[in-house]
Amino acid sequence: MPDPSTFKRFVEVGRVVLVKSGPSEGKIAVIAEIIDHSRAIIDGPTTGVPRQSFPYRHLTLTPLSVKGLPRAARTGTVRKYVEKEDVVAKWNQSSWAKKLETVKGRRVLTDFERFNVQILKKNRRDRVRRALAKASKA
Amino acid sequence: MARSKTIASHIGRLSRSKVKAYRGLQNGLKKSDAPVKSEPEPFKEVQVGGDKNGGKRLVPTSKAAAFYPAEDIRQPKKSRKTPQPTKLRASITPGTVLILLAGRFRGRRVVFLKQLSSGLLLITGPYGINGVPLRRVNQAYVIATSTNVDLGEFNELDDAYFVKSSKPRSRDAESEFFENGKPKAKEAYPEAKSVEQKKVDKVIIEAVKKTENLGKYLKASWGLKNGQHPHQLVF
Repeated sequence: MPDPSTFKRFVEVGRVVLVKSGPSEGKIAVIAEIIDHSRAIIDGPTTGVPRQSFPYRHLTLTPLSVKGLPRAARTGTVRKYVEKEDVVAKWNQSSWAKKLETVKGRRVLTDFERFNVQILKKNRRDRVRRALAKASKA
Repeated sequence: MARSKTIASHIGRLSRSKVKAYRGLQNGLKKSDAPVKSEPEPFKEVQVGGDKNGGKRLVPTSKAAAFYPAEDIRQPKKSRKTPQPTKLRASITPGTVLILLAGRFRGRRVVFLKQLSSGLLLITGPYGINGVPLRRVNQAYVIATSTNVDLGEFNELDDAYFVKSSKPRSRDAESEFFENGKPKAKEAYPEAKSVEQKKVDKVIIEAVKKTENLGKYLKASWGLKNGQHPHQLVF
């Protein structure tokens, strides 16, 4: 019996990837073609990633993939398949994407906003502890 | 003055006629209409006191130099730059909350009032909120936040307000010796200054009350925590 593969996300045509560096940092794209052991052609027509060769080093594979995308499909075809499967919406609903958004939001907080967050966290903490103390007494 | 370029050492870009055209000297050197300055007399008469000194004397108007340096060295050029008024950072406007980075009140968040004629920034805590009085601060030691307090009209206060009064110091050695060990009697804070402080702070405190948590914010002091890097923070 063949052992199940420990790998679940493969570099394949149609795999949705997260770009980790460069001008398209933080955006998702789709692998349109594999060039060699280190590069692939990625394309993100709906997310604003221009079609380009990109090293795997600066990509992160996501669990999403566009099924049935023909190899070496050009931008128009990629767009059609991406919109049909609505990959971008699926990505945005994932907790991974949501976490990235909150981190981005935290980076832009001003000093006063950071202070307000501190106060809110303190209030929440206090209420939780008081409720816990009450519950443990009962 | 723009100097015409040289192509190589001692070879100018412009020919003699071109230089003249460049300077507008086609009709010869310009004659100015200013009146010719009259040269002062080479000698002047001076009255000399004393019986046996002849009463008057001819003294040269400009004397020769009494000292010549041993070698003729080139003199450094005198700078034509003049001190300019200190430029205020664009992020600092009246009412901006600033974070002080140095001095007695380092880490405090204070309100900026205006830039004084000396270039320093006039700030106040307000005193009633965080104990920082009307004070002058250099903008180099300050972080400007994007938080702003509505100040409204601001009164005239300038550097003269901060001039330290010269105290008459008693040079009596004996009294100093006897006072040694006892804390020196402090002068009471001048009434006029505390009145001025309250007047300025009144408007600010009213404006601060309008925003939620702003009073707490000004009361708290700022500090870096683990993982915070100033170049990555947005203020």
